[in-house]
Amino acid sequence: METLLEMRNIVKRFGNLVANDHIDFEVRRGEIHGLLGENGAGKTTLMNILYGIYQPDEGEIIFEGKKVRFKSPKDAISAGIGMVHQHFMLVPRMNVFQNIVLGYRTPHDPLINQKWVEERVEALSEKYGIDVALYETMMNLSVGEEQRVEILKALFRDVKLLILDEPTAVLTPQEVDSLFYALKSMTKSGLTIIFITHKLKEALKVTDRITVLRRGKKVGSVKTSETNERELTRMMVGRDIVLDITKPPREFGKEVLRVEDLWVKDERGNYAVKGVSFSIREGEILGIAGISGNGQRELEEAIAGLRKVEKGRIILDGQDITKKGVMERENIAYIPEDRIGVGLAPSLSVLENLMLKDFKKYRKGIFLDFGEMEKRGRELIEEFSVKTPSLHSSAGALSGGNIQRLILARELSRNPRLIIASQPTRGLDVAGIDYVRRRLIDAVMKGAAVLLISEDLDEIFQLADRIAVMYEGEIRGVVDRERANYEKVGYLMAGGLEVTA
Amino acid sequence: MVDPNFIASLLASSIRAGTPLLYATLGEIITERSGVLNLGLEGIMITGAFTGFAISLATGNPWLGVLCGGIAGMLLALVHAFFSITLKANQSITGLMLVLLGLGITGFLGRNYIGEVAYYLDLIKIPVLSDLPYLGEVLFSHDPLAYLAVILAALLWFILFKTRYGLEIIAAGEKPEAADSMGVDVDRVRYISTLFGGFLVGIGGAYLSLAYAKLWTEGMTAGRGWISLALVIFSGWMPQRAIFGAYLFGGLDVLSFKLQAIGVGISYHFMKMLPYVVTILVLLVSVIRKRAAFGAPTALGTPYVRGKKE
Ligand SMILES: Nc1ncnc2c1ncn2[C@@H]1O[C@H](COP(=O)(O)OP(=O)(O)OP(=O)(O)O)[C@@H](O)[C@H]1O
Ligand SMILES: [Mg+2]
Repeated sequence: METLLEMRNIVKRFGNLVANDHIDFEVRRGEIHGLLGENGAGKTTLMNILYGIYQPDEGEIIFEGKKVRFKSPKDAISAGIGMVHQHFMLVPRMNVFQNIVLGYRTPHDPLINQKWVEERVEALSEKYGIDVALYETMMNLSVGEEQRVEILKALFRDVKLLILDEPTAVLTPQEVDSLFYALKSMTKSGLTIIFITHKLKEALKVTDRITVLRRGKKVGSVKTSETNERELTRMMVGRDIVLDITKPPREFGKEVLRVEDLWVKDERGNYAVKGVSFSIREGEILGIAGISGNGQRELEEAIAGLRKVEKGRIILDGQDITKKGVMERENIAYIPEDRIGVGLAPSLSVLENLMLKDFKKYRKGIFLDFGEMEKRGRELIEEFSVKTPSLHSSAGALSGGNIQRLILARELSRNPRLIIASQPTRGLDVAGIDYVRRRLIDAVMKGAAVLLISEDLDEIFQLADRIAVMYEGEIRGVVDRERANYEKVGYLMAGGLEVTA
Repeated sequence: MVDPNFIASLLASSIRAGTPLLYATLGEIITERSGVLNLGLEGIMITGAFTGFAISLATGNPWLGVLCGGIAGMLLALVHAFFSITLKANQSITGLMLVLLGLGITGFLGRNYIGEVAYYLDLIKIPVLSDLPYLGEVLFSHDPLAYLAVILAALLWFILFKTRYGLEIIAAGEKPEAADSMGVDVDRVRYISTLFGGFLVGIGGAYLSLAYAKLWTEGMTAGRGWISLALVIFSGWMPQRAIFGAYLFGGLDVLSFKLQAIGVGISYHFMKMLPYVVTILVLLVSVIRKRAAFGAPTALGTPYVRGKKE
């Protein structure tokens, strides 16, 4: 196969940090090329350079045999490159149609030829099996639907090369399958795809070749058919990692959280949580399995105090906290699914984010004791190994895995009684996943109770002591880990009814 | 019973008083839709008013005056654009600076123009229609710029929501990184919107001196720039809604005179206060209802730097 793209000797620095360190990257026409690497390895940076968002400090790009310099995404688009960003680039107040045609010259430009667009989108949807509701506003779409819009945006512009930056991190297993199906049919019609992921299984399943980055450097490129998980892990991490965590046996103590007949509404005013009851004891992890959007977010936000409870009670350590504010629930740690929106103040510094809930502790008269705060901040960064240029860099600039470590550092260092962990390892690399899971186990060993909400059945089965399934706002059967059956839980997650034997 | 003649003349003057507000509001809507906050309306309007008047006096051509008023507004907007888009400076501060600049310069240069009479814009009575009882006076006996303002509002609605340019403007103001990643040159879109916005605000000013008051006095905008800023919020950043808002506020403005003339004793100051009270009420309602359609462009006032992580 001929070479479509060659990036040679690419160097990109951010201050002292070398995000891309002399990287050579080559992609052949018609292949699906996996780009692998841990959080912060420099994958997004490399692709942003290709797409014209960043200018490389050194190196050159050859596309279709010609040396190119993309000064902006506009240049990359006209060369035939499309990118679906890790954090979607959609305008929430516009509808799907408007997001797709944004910046595109339809016949009769500057008028927008509605019919022409409709037909074109229709044809593309049909060809690749990607369905969208053209006139829906973005705010009503699920993440999976948003992603389909992003992909259509690129296809609409007749791209030759499509970059997908961690497209599966936000998808349900079914959506992942249909995405892979669409990708395969795209390559059949001549497209080339760069597919970024952390998930080795996916990379092995869908790609033709794989390039691995580690700490800004290229480790190597391999043919997918000639490699395996073990080799890839070693390339990514530099050592073997076995995702096998043993939970030491422990005694469960007294009840920490009790939820009684809880009813909670979603944004649109419909009941998203419908009469949920459960309890968690000291030292125990309750895993709630289920596909996102079945009321999990409303449930966790209600317990964390971010959402109004319509009916029912939440009892923490014997006290009714149903009507208490967030500040009065300081014994609850919340690791939200939406890390950047809910978990973090991205424009504040790392230190400020760490201290967000603890400013009160550092009062010195009417001032804050910054010396003391920095000291504690440094300890936390050390302890939770958050990789950041400095305590004062803005938190939003950290890589995904480091953002999660930062949130863990803030939440877990406060010795909470209850930890709500929602999709805590989504989007993390192997080392990051391992780290987060160990931290949660540490916390229960110290006597905390954990409410683990996850779509990842492996995660639930690895960590939870008891397992429940949430479907359409209801909880279906809470069973002990030992008695739970993997297939049956999967069946319940997909909406199957419980069969009483 | 209220005299229908009184109502008709009140409505007709509401339209005249509302027209300068409409131009300024439309200009600021386009500017803000692209993500640039220009607080300098008061200064741009007064500069437009003065420039228009001076040019009309010098050349005898009020239309040339209107055009130059617009251009003067555009030049001030260019200053704002340069600071806020190119230099990424604080937009509120440059905007406020324009207010001081505009009021100061026109106050200084305008001293010799006070009391002069320039050529102003004549009314165009639309044949037949303007003879209709009441309606003719309200709708069909205005100067050309007043008619044009309504057409312009419709046109801007069309451009914003039905053309590529409009989508680019809205996207630049809502989520510039998304626009950029689709190949839209955000800074260019913002420059053009800000300059065009300044042009319209300048015309709003020129309308004041060449069609509404038909004379020049120092500080003659008398807060209309600020009211237009409020009207942008009132109309929810929608050009079509600005028409109604501008005429309503224009009406409040003339009502005080009219009521005095027929001997109803309401404090002049109270009437002057009304537009602001209405604005506050509108803000309250829009906050309470949290309607997405009511909200400001998400990236309003934030400079765009490509690839910058927060
Ligand atoms: N605009 C920026 N300013 C400063 N530092 C940055 C910027 N963009 C990226 N970095 C840093 O460069 C490094 C590489 O980041 P990059 O986003 O490319 O990683 P990644 O491989 O995509 O990781 P992830 O899997 O978490 O998405 C990280 O340490 C990150 O903090
Ligand atoms: Mg990335």
